[in-house]
Amino acid sequence: MRVIELTNVSYGYGDTELLSDVSLHIQPGSFHFLTGPSGSGKTTFLRLCYLDLLATAGQITVFGKQVAEMTRDEVAFTRRRIGVVHQDCQFLDHLPLSQNVTLPLEVADRADEDENLGELLTWVGLADRKSALPPQLSGGERQRAALARAIIMSPDFVIADEPTGNVDWEMSQRLLSLLIELNKMGKTILIATHDLNLIRVAKSQVAARVLRIRDKQLQLAGADL
Amino acid sequence: MDFKRWSLQAVLETRADKVVPPSGYTARLTLFTSAAMAFLAVFALALSLATGRLADHWSSELSRTATVRISAPAGQLAAQTKAALEVLQTTPGVKSARVLDEADERALLEPWFGKDLPLDALPIPKLIEVIEDDAGIDANGLRLRLQGEAPGAIFDDHTRWRQPLVHAADRLRLLGIAAIVLITATTGAMITLAASSALAANSRVIRVLRLVGARDVYVVRAFVRQFTLRAFVGALVGMAVGGLSMATLPSAGDTSGFLSGMGLQGTDWLWLLLIPPLAALVAFVATRIVAFRTLKELT
Ligand SMILES: Nc1ncnc2c1ncn2[C@@H]1O[C@H](COP(=O)(O)OP(=O)(O)OP(=O)(O)O)[C@@H](O)[C@H]1O
Ligand SMILES: [Mg+2]
Repeated sequence: MRVIELTNVSYGYGDTELLSDVSLHIQPGSFHFLTGPSGSGKTTFLRLCYLDLLATAGQITVFGKQVAEMTRDEVAFTRRRIGVVHQDCQFLDHLPLSQNVTLPLEVADRADEDENLGELLTWVGLADRKSALPPQLSGGERQRAALARAIIMSPDFVIADEPTGNVDWEMSQRLLSLLIELNKMGKTILIATHDLNLIRVAKSQVAARVLRIRDKQLQLAGADL
Repeated sequence: MDFKRWSLQAVLETRADKVVPPSGYTARLTLFTSAAMAFLAVFALALSLATGRLADHWSSELSRTATVRISAPAGQLAAQTKAALEVLQTTPGVKSARVLDEADERALLEPWFGKDLPLDALPIPKLIEVIEDDAGIDANGLRLRLQGEAPGAIFDDHTRWRQPLVHAADRLRLLGIAAIVLITATTGAMITLAASSALAANSRVIRVLRLVGARDVYVVRAFVRQFTLRAFVGALVGMAVGGLSMATLPSAGDTSGFLSGMGLQGTDWLWLLLIPPLAALVAFVATRIVAFRTLKELT
C-alpha cells in the first residue's frame, strides 16, 4: 500500500492556484526531498500531506484512505502514523520541553511508552533542556525538539519542513543521520529543504529522490543537483 | 479571601488536565458564577420547601370540619339542637354530625377558664361537630334551612378563611421552583460563555493538539474536566455560605407562627447537597456541547 497518493491535485489559498494538477505516489520506505524557491508552495504541499489542508481539486489518499472522506477521528488516527516537523514549530508554551516531546503519546493514551525519551533528547542535544519552556528555547533548539516530537511515536511516515533551517552544519548532519537511521528501519521520509549540501550528503548514504516545485508543478529533479 | 481563592485554584489546576493552560479569568468567572448561583439556589430551595410545608400544614387544618353553634333560651335549647341535628343528617355533603357532650365542652373551655368551671350555671351554647365528606357542604343552603328549623343555630365553617393563604403559599412554592430553574439555566448560559471564550483563547493549543493526533474527545474532555470541576467547587462554596446563612437566620421563635416555618428544617438540608452535583452536571453538558461545536469549526 502506498503511503501517499496524489491524483490531479490542485490547491490555492484564494483565487490564485499554487499547485496545479499534481500527481505523485510515495512508496513505503522511500526517502524524498522537496525543494523549490521560497513561496513556491513546499509548506503548502506538506500540509496537504498531513491532512492540514484539503485539496481544492483532485484527490489525496493517505495509507489507502481518501482524505476528503475521512471523519475527524480518522484524521486524528492517521496523523498518529505521521510524524511532522512544522516549519513554525508549534508547541504548548506552558508545558516543559519533555512533555511537549511526549505530547503525541499523551494524546494517544500511550503516555507510558516514553522509554525512548532520554535517548532521543540526548541525540538531538537537548538532554539538559528537558524542563525548559518552549519560549525559552532558541530557534535551533525548537527545531530539534520538534524533530524529537515528530518521531517519539515511531511513526510510519516522517514529514519535516526545513528541519535544519536554524542549526549549524554539524547538527544538520546529526539530525539527517537520525532520519536516515529511521529510513533504514523502514520509515518513509519526506523533507522540504533549501539546503543542497544536505541533499548531497543524504544521497551519498541512501537512495533519496528529489522533488522540485516549479510552475505549480511537481518535478523529479535529475542529476543536475 | 484572595489567598483562599489562589490555593483553591492551585488545587484545581493540578487535578484538571494539564494540556489546557490555566486560563485565568474564565476559571475565576466559572468559580464565581457557580458559587453565586449556588448561594441563590439555597434561598430559592428554602423558599419552595418552606412554603410547600406551610401550604400542606394549612390545608390539613382546612380538613373538612365545621361546627354548628346553637344559642337559645334554656327551654328551647334541647329542641333546637335536635332539629339542627335532623337538618344536618339530611344535608348532602355531611359525613357525620355529633353533639358535643359536657365533657367535650369542658375540655374545650378548660384552657381559658380552668378546671372548676360550673358549666350548668352558664348559658353555654350547644355545639355540633360536623365532618364533611369529599363533596363538601353547600354552606348557604344549609344556613337557610337551619334558619327555618332552628333559628338559634349558626353554621360556622371557621377554617375557610385560610383558603387564600394556601393558594398564596402554593404560588410561592411555584415561584421558588421557577427561580431554581432560572438559576440553573443562567448557570448553564454563563458557563457556555466562559467555555467558549476559553476555547477561543486556546485555539492555538487546540491546533497543536489536533496536529499531533488528538481526537476531538480528548480536547473536549480536557476542557470539560476543568469546567465541571470548577463549577462543582464553586457551587460547593456557594452552598456552604448559603447554608450557613440559613442556619444562622435569626429565629422568630414561637411568637410568630407565620414566619417560624421559613427556614430549612430536618431533611430539607439534604436537598442542599444536590446543588453542587447539579452545577457540575450543568457545566459538563454546557462545556461539552460548546466544545464539540467549536472544534468542528476549527481545522
Ligand atoms: N494561510 C495562507 N493564506 C494565504 N496565503 C498563504 C497562506 N500560507 C501561505 N500562503 C502563500 O502561499 C505561497 C506558498 O507558501 P508556502 O509556505 O507553501 O511556501 P514555501 O515554499 O514553503 O516557502 P518557504 O521556502 O519560504 O518556506 C506563499 O506565497 C504564501 O504567501
Ligand atoms: Mg515553507
